[in-house]
Amino acid sequence: MESLGNVIMYVIIALTIIVFSVLAVTTKKILRSATYLLFVLLATAAIYFQMDYEFLGATQIAVYAGGIVVLFVFAIMLTHKPGDDAQPLESHKRIAGIIACATGVVLCGVALFSYAKFCGKSLLATGDFTIDQLGEALLSTDKFGYLLPFEAVSVLLLACIIGGVVIARKR
Amino acid sequence: MPLSSTIIVLAIPFFMFLFLGLVGVKMPRKITGVIGVLAMAVTTVWAYAIAFTYFFGTDQGQVVDGVRQQLVTTDWTWLSFYANKMIVRLGVLLDPISAMMLVVITTVSFMVHLYSLGYMSDHEGNPEKGFQRYYADLALFTFSMLGLVVSTNIFQMFVFFEMVGVSSYLLIGFYYGQQPANHASKKAFIVTRLADLFFLIGIMVLSYYTETFDFKDLMGANGQSVMSMFKNSQAITFMGCSVTGWALTFIFIGGAGKSAMYPLHIWLPDAMEGPTPVSALIHAATMVVAGVFLVARLFPLYIVEQGAMDIICVVGAFTAFYAAAVACTQSDIKRALAFSTISQIAFMMTSLAVSTAQNQLIGGHEAGLGYMASMFHLFTHAMFKALLFLCAGAIIHAVHSNENSKMHGLHKYMPITSIAFLIGCLAIAGIPPFAGFFSKDEILVACYEKGIGWGLWMSMVAGMTAFYMFRIYYLIFFWKKHEVHGEHAPKDQPWTMTVPLIVLALISCVAGFVPFGDLVTWDGKALETHMNWPIAGASVGIALIGIALATVMYRKENPLPDKLATMFKGLWTASYRRFYMDELYQFITHKIIFQGISKPIAWFDRTIIDGFFNLLGNVTNSASWSIRKMQSGNVQGYVSYYIIGAVLLAAVTGVVILCF
Amino acid sequence: MYLIPSLIMFGCGVYGFITRKNMIAILISLELMLNSVDINFVVFNRYLYPAQHDGMFFTLFAIAIAAAETAVAIAIIINVYRVVKNVDINQITKMKF
Repeated sequence: MESLGNVIMYVIIALTIIVFSVLAVTTKKILRSATYLLFVLLATAAIYFQMDYEFLGATQIAVYAGGIVVLFVFAIMLTHKPGDDAQPLESHKRIAGIIACATGVVLCGVALFSYAKFCGKSLLATGDFTIDQLGEALLSTDKFGYLLPFEAVSVLLLACIIGGVVIARKR
Repeated sequence: MPLSSTIIVLAIPFFMFLFLGLVGVKMPRKITGVIGVLAMAVTTVWAYAIAFTYFFGTDQGQVVDGVRQQLVTTDWTWLSFYANKMIVRLGVLLDPISAMMLVVITTVSFMVHLYSLGYMSDHEGNPEKGFQRYYADLALFTFSMLGLVVSTNIFQMFVFFEMVGVSSYLLIGFYYGQQPANHASKKAFIVTRLADLFFLIGIMVLSYYTETFDFKDLMGANGQSVMSMFKNSQAITFMGCSVTGWALTFIFIGGAGKSAMYPLHIWLPDAMEGPTPVSALIHAATMVVAGVFLVARLFPLYIVEQGAMDIICVVGAFTAFYAAAVACTQSDIKRALAFSTISQIAFMMTSLAVSTAQNQLIGGHEAGLGYMASMFHLFTHAMFKALLFLCAGAIIHAVHSNENSKMHGLHKYMPITSIAFLIGCLAIAGIPPFAGFFSKDEILVACYEKGIGWGLWMSMVAGMTAFYMFRIYYLIFFWKKHEVHGEHAPKDQPWTMTVPLIVLALISCVAGFVPFGDLVTWDGKALETHMNWPIAGASVGIALIGIALATVMYRKENPLPDKLATMFKGLWTASYRRFYMDELYQFITHKIIFQGISKPIAWFDRTIIDGFFNLLGNVTNSASWSIRKMQSGNVQGYVSYYIIGAVLLAAVTGVVILCF
Repeated sequence: MYLIPSLIMFGCGVYGFITRKNMIAILISLELMLNSVDINFVVFNRYLYPAQHDGMFFTLFAIAIAAAETAVAIAIIINVYRVVKNVDINQITKMKF
């Protein structure tokens, strides 16, 4: 946080996230909700970039913003006629939601601010962590190797492909 | 022929059972039958060779110092209890009676196998349904029976006893589509099971006190320690009798169930529902003599235990008379033969039992006359009774009925069967030179030696035997002209059925000349037998009187039998109804056991025990119904609860952390 | 400091999850929550152990799993929509006891 530019960037990103997440869950039109989600995800990617995790940010954009949101849009298009508004929320549910959300946020916020010493701490250098190293770490079996989770995820993805096909298939 | 190959005699029927039962059902019926017969023929020849080697060979230790030895030719350890002090073995024991039984069983079984080829087919010679199953069951039965007689110990014998029970159940219930066959097979199974329960108890008591199962040990072949243990335990008494007396009595009850001694005889007449060759196999020659064989096997123990012997003696003598009396009035040919069987088996039992006390030297060598006579009679009886049953089967096959009234005057149509049946009748009546004369004579001698009363009683029964057998004979083959039912007249059956008749008839003619006294005695030493001419003459005379009486009454159609029946109406009806034994059993089982014991237990089970579990189920069910609303399926509701819980947990944790 | 937007994002996710009726909207809320957790991973990793990359890898895998989960969920939703012509969570009562 040493530079002013970084602070400004942080403020912009934080505001974007806050505003668009609130909008995403409160807006009446579902397509807009998806769009706001896209903005939130992009802002998250920006956070990753700011923390020097370029690869993670790229992944975030590619997978989340590029893949998942598109999926959402497709699903919305398939299941909604244009101009469909969400039904009005039930009041007791809204109250329950607000209470749950507010208590959670307040509690965590209290915890966060009571341990506020991390805030404002300057970012240390990460050392140079290249894509090469990342790839090797993903596919190695050393101490910091992630081959097993990597394979597990690939199996999971395969299962999802098959499952998705089976479930969504026309019978 | 090495004696160790005795196991082959057992193995062939067993593998035939597996083969015919598993593979045979897929094969044409005729072929399975022929295979079964051929296999049985091999078994029979093998058994003959073994018996011949045992009796007449000397090179394998069969005879030592003029005493025939008991040879264990195969021996496997199966189970061991009690720190290896009690070992249950499986094996093959050869001694005079088991060698003799091998011959008897395989002969009769082979004849039955051959005969069934014809009997189990229709008149065009096509085998009927279930033919393969029939032969598989026959093989199983033969195997179990062979296993029984060569058992080396009581435990193995019990196992084979049960197997005999099961396979007879299968065979009696062969026509399982028919209700009477089902009832009969169940009855046979349950009655013999009940008896076997006593047998098992007897085994346990006996083996507890003698600490062995092996026959050789029990008979003192391996030193006198077991026998002394046995004698010691005679001193231990229970309810006034020695424990060994109890044990042997219980074992006898097991044998009595299989041998159809009164009052456990009720299954045998009903078991005639099975195919007639089965009756010949099971109820004439093999299964029913299992009990006699059992007592004979444990004879050295029974000799020492006089109380058990007396029980056997009384039961046997009474059964002999009772069954003969019933047989006099039966109209169903097979039932009459069945009662005749019971009577003859009782002869054997009595003969075994009287053999003890004929002189004061208990356990002396001379005690063996009754034993020898019993085994002799077992041998001859198996032959001529199988002959009679097979003849009956031929007749039934020809006229399609078991009732005398449908037969009459068949002599003209079926001469071979008629002559064979006559030979059987003469043999069982004890007319020289047929087989029954010799064996029955020995039995009567043994009985007279025990006491004049026993002798007279048994002679009377022998006379009744002659009477009822010739009554059946005349009613079937003479009496009046045969009324032909249906399109074809009855005639002699195909060769598969007549050949066994002829063979068995020949055996019945000559079997009496076998020198049994030299071959089969309880202690292995040859027994000097000689004709007791007064007794022999008297018994022949009684038999002739019986035959004459039957001739007068039944040779030609006449009103005399009916007149007599009306004169002694009560007695006749009682005899015809088998002295109401079945009704008595019905009363006891249905009225007393079912009503008095089973009903309350059933009520307790249904109401208390089932009720308790129903209550549990109902409580669970209603509890589930009352809380099922909580599972609304509303995911958002779940999440709300979850978050509330998580927040509360966090709050509590936070408070705790802050406070402490 | 980066945790504040993450916290608020998570709160919004919870709120949306509980209140929304549209199943796709619920899924979107779910994504928000997941995303905030990802951010937390990364932030803690970056601030506490900058020399290591465990948090980053966790996030990487979480993204992959989230993608998979979304794909399946959307397949289910579309299938449900085919059957009941609706994506309203309150209308789907066929599988309820």
